[in-house]
Amino acid sequence: MTREAYERELQRLRDDVVRMGERAGEAIHRSVEALRERDVTAAERVIAEDDAIDAQHMDLEQRCMRLLATQQPMARDLRAIAAVFAITIDLERMADHAEGISRAVKRLGSEPPVMALEDIPRMDAQLQEMMRDTLDAFHAQDPVLARRAAAKDDAVDELRNRVLHDLLDLMISDPQTVPRALELLIVARHLERAADHLTNVCERIVYMVTGELRELNV
Amino acid sequence: MRAPLIDRTTGIQAGDVHAWFDKLHALRGITMTIPERKVTAIIGPSGCGKSTFLRCLNRMHELVPGARVGGRVLLGEENIYSDGSDPVLIRRRVGMVFQKANPFPTMSIYDNVGAGLTLAGERSRRRVEQVVEQSLRAAALWDEVKDRLHKPGTSLSGGQQQRLCIARALAVSPEVLLMDEPASALDPASTLRIEELARDLAQEITIVIVTHNMQQAARVSDLTGFFLDGELIEFGATNDLFTRPTDRRTEDYITGRFG
Repeated sequence: MTREAYERELQRLRDDVVRMGERAGEAIHRSVEALRERDVTAAERVIAEDDAIDAQHMDLEQRCMRLLATQQPMARDLRAIAAVFAITIDLERMADHAEGISRAVKRLGSEPPVMALEDIPRMDAQLQEMMRDTLDAFHAQDPVLARRAAAKDDAVDELRNRVLHDLLDLMISDPQTVPRALELLIVARHLERAADHLTNVCERIVYMVTGELRELNV
Repeated sequence: MRAPLIDRTTGIQAGDVHAWFDKLHALRGITMTIPERKVTAIIGPSGCGKSTFLRCLNRMHELVPGARVGGRVLLGEENIYSDGSDPVLIRRRVGMVFQKANPFPTMSIYDNVGAGLTLAGERSRRRVEQVVEQSLRAAALWDEVKDRLHKPGTSLSGGQQQRLCIARALAVSPEVLLMDEPASALDPASTLRIEELARDLAQEITIVIVTHNMQQAARVSDLTGFFLDGELIEFGATNDLFTRPTDRRTEDYITGRFG
């Protein structure tokens, strides 16, 4: 691989990470939409499309390995490749959470909702905003924006706690709702975990740019 | 009981070292502390002064006609450039291994290793025998040559010849070992042996290695200094220098963007 081809491949890796991130974020959003609309077909589509994200992850990982093996990258190149390696794992897991939400949608089927869905779509909105900022930070190599994006995880956690309390109240007052409420709890849990993965991505962006590997949101 | 081969080692402090080849100002004020019992790597593009610096550490630079050195180099407490300092003695205390293995062509393996000691006036054959064996063992060559010690040094493979030269350098119990591109002419397996050897030896002796091969510097050294245009640009822990260098020029060099 010539120097020019190496530079091009590094850039292509970065572009593909952004694309994979957009795809994972979209999968989450579509799974929450499917929940809101009680649209089992849409949920099935999200599940089916997870394979493509898995394949993208494998492809990126193999390309990182090839660069490591053939180019002996150093310093910022090495950090970028190491970061991409880790980031794609988190993005792939995020997409798995979208699949998990979609499976909950399928189990709920067309059963009537146990409560008005407000905080779960809010969690999704917050997550989408976090994803946009994260991908912008990755693209612009901006550690400040990455830290700011990671800080949004707190809002997702807060919403998740609220969902948990509301559903607990509901289940106590009406045990009939337990199976359906539990599915919503699972959905909220998936969203919260997805936000945690985005926090990991932000940590890798900070590392990629500054060389400092530190946990954010401790 | 046998005396240890390396009985003392020391660090080196270079203070504002300048070097010239006639009018060419090849080193421009290098100040660095090379700690004892560590491997310190010097990297940098061709012509940056890294080999010149190495040769200033044992007064070999001045052997080149028209070459001059300024500043001070402390070997332990002693400035090797002070009046009255004996360059021959300094070169014994600071051994050197070169890019191309250079065993004495007419000598056997045994004589190659023992030569320095004999030249230094060692009369006891038993002592020379002991030191030859110790040196060859320290250079990880003993098992391969113990049955043919009286064959010519040049009958060995390139990698073995380089280890023979390391054994020869060790035989006079140096306090520091300088290695100038010691593996650049060797195949990957022989290169790894030399690197392993450098790591092992660093438990006993201070090593300074000049290399073009950054992966080698990353693998073998504890500290790395980056030279450019006769200046020391950055010097620090090897792990840091190769993962997060602080100077843009270091970053550009090690990522292959110039040089």
